[in-house]
Amino acid sequence: MARYIAQRLGYSLLSLFLLSLTIFLFVRVTGDPTTLLVEPGASQADIDAIREQFGLDRPIWVQYWSFVASLLQGDFGQSFYYRTPVLELYISRLPNSLLLALAAMAFSLLIGIPSGILAAVRVNRFWDRAGKVFSLLGLSLPSFWVGLVLILFFSVYLEWLPSSGSGTVWHLLMPAFALGWYFAAAHMRLTRSSMLDVLGSEYIKLARLKGLPESLVIAKHAFKNALIPVLTLAGINLVIMVNVAVVVETVFAWPGIGRLLYEGITFRDFPVVQAIVLLGGAMIVVVNLLIDILYAVIDPRIRLEG
Amino acid sequence: MVMRSEAIPLPSRAGIVRIEGFPLIPVLILAGIAFVAIFAELLAPHDPEVGKLVARFHPPAWQAGGSMDHLLGTDHLGRDVLSRLIFGARVSMVVGFTAVIVAGVIGTTLGIVSGYLGGWVDQVIMRVTDTWLALPALTFAIFLAAIVGPSEMNIVIILGLVYWTRYARVIRGEVLSLKEREFVRLAIVAGCSKRTIMRRHILPNVLNSAIVLGTLMLGVVIVTEAALSFLGVGVPPPKPAWGLMLADGKKGMMVGYWWLTVLPGVCIMLMVLSANLLGDWLRVKLDPQLRQL
Repeated sequence: MARYIAQRLGYSLLSLFLLSLTIFLFVRVTGDPTTLLVEPGASQADIDAIREQFGLDRPIWVQYWSFVASLLQGDFGQSFYYRTPVLELYISRLPNSLLLALAAMAFSLLIGIPSGILAAVRVNRFWDRAGKVFSLLGLSLPSFWVGLVLILFFSVYLEWLPSSGSGTVWHLLMPAFALGWYFAAAHMRLTRSSMLDVLGSEYIKLARLKGLPESLVIAKHAFKNALIPVLTLAGINLVIMVNVAVVVETVFAWPGIGRLLYEGITFRDFPVVQAIVLLGGAMIVVVNLLIDILYAVIDPRIRLEG
Repeated sequence: MVMRSEAIPLPSRAGIVRIEGFPLIPVLILAGIAFVAIFAELLAPHDPEVGKLVARFHPPAWQAGGSMDHLLGTDHLGRDVLSRLIFGARVSMVVGFTAVIVAGVIGTTLGIVSGYLGGWVDQVIMRVTDTWLALPALTFAIFLAAIVGPSEMNIVIILGLVYWTRYARVIRGEVLSLKEREFVRLAIVAGCSKRTIMRRHILPNVLNSAIVLGTLMLGVVIVTEAALSFLGVGVPPPKPAWGLMLADGKKGMMVGYWWLTVLPGVCIMLMVLSANLLGDWLRVKLDPQLRQL
């Protein structure tokens, strides 16, 4: 067990190292990084200060080392626009992003799990086909367009819901729907296939042979086991939601990390953009590690293989 | 090279003979969009990039205040929406296809090299692939666009750089089993260099999978391009891209100018949905190994 965890931890650290190296190299290779790291219209003294801080005249590995050293101290640079450390900005926006992601996740599971089960139980019949159409639509409609159409319908024509901002439950409804839509389709697909796997297994046959009514077989025996992969995916998707919410947050002016990223682009606030990519990647690496460990705890076969 | 003609098993033709469930409508839609994209100059009634400011926010022809001159209305600069949609099809087609090809070339090459050579090369490539997969795709694309600046060419390269990982993973897996097959061993015995084997014996056998993956990626790439353009880091204005039109459409949305928001989105949806349906069908018919995806 300890060996397995150590190995996973090693891989994750390697991933984090490659992540920082990738971002670092992209910034350095594509031109003079000072133009990105210094505000447009900065004085020569500021430019020199940045050159000094990152040692841009020194060899590239020395530069990389000072880059990583400042990251490890939590120093992601200063935002040009807000004049505060980027990390502080990020942390101040994180609760909003998490709130939106949790709401979207709740919505996607509420739609995805029941419809996935229904599709699996009625495989190749009407509900399964309807579900297929639904999931194809979900995977093909861009979330920001869903958001725009929702605003058009519920805010402009019906005047039921506020089109932008945050603060009340009403503000949360449309962004959560727009963001969760795609994931509802993904969760439905996985629930269906996972449920089909479980329904074909021996212990379900046994439960049926025992004479249990089909509803009980599904609700009590199949459902619980079919849910494990779905909840795992949901865990990863929660992190992904925080990171893909940028367009939805922009559409609804939701003050989360995605909105921060959008502001970073429009105000040419490069340190903000860079920090969001780095932290987003790091979040995904960490969540993958946690899931690997969790799986090993649950399932001894995995840790013995590793 | 005598054995070459026998050595390479031809890609399965079964899928082409049995065309049950052929997604006719999606293929027609894609062909229609391609047709419109190619003949945009002939089909568009107006210049897509120049508008008349006196003709701002005209509604579509069938609504009160609309005219036959602007069938689908005009936008905030008085530009003809139909013409912009038509030229937008060209942008989506060109960016979508070239980006999928760029990603495919990078991913397939790395997948073949990684799978065939194995050892430390494989380790390095797969570690890099894992790291790339950890990067949130859209955020990563935005970051790259922020560095190099927006242009159509840059978008293609960025999308290629972001989306090659899926090809690399799948192709590598296939190469691992291919390289144990007789025809590859015979090629080794015959004294073919590693390069020749990878190019002449491995590559033709993974092309099928690469094409299926490419079709499935087309939808993802087009949505990403639209999102980047919508955020202002994609195709630069005044070029008519569907995502850009949606961003412009926000200017008239709150007063109910629905056509500026609904129409470009419908175009994106039709194209992505068609690509997904075609990709799904190809996956099942041409490449049983990919059914699990």
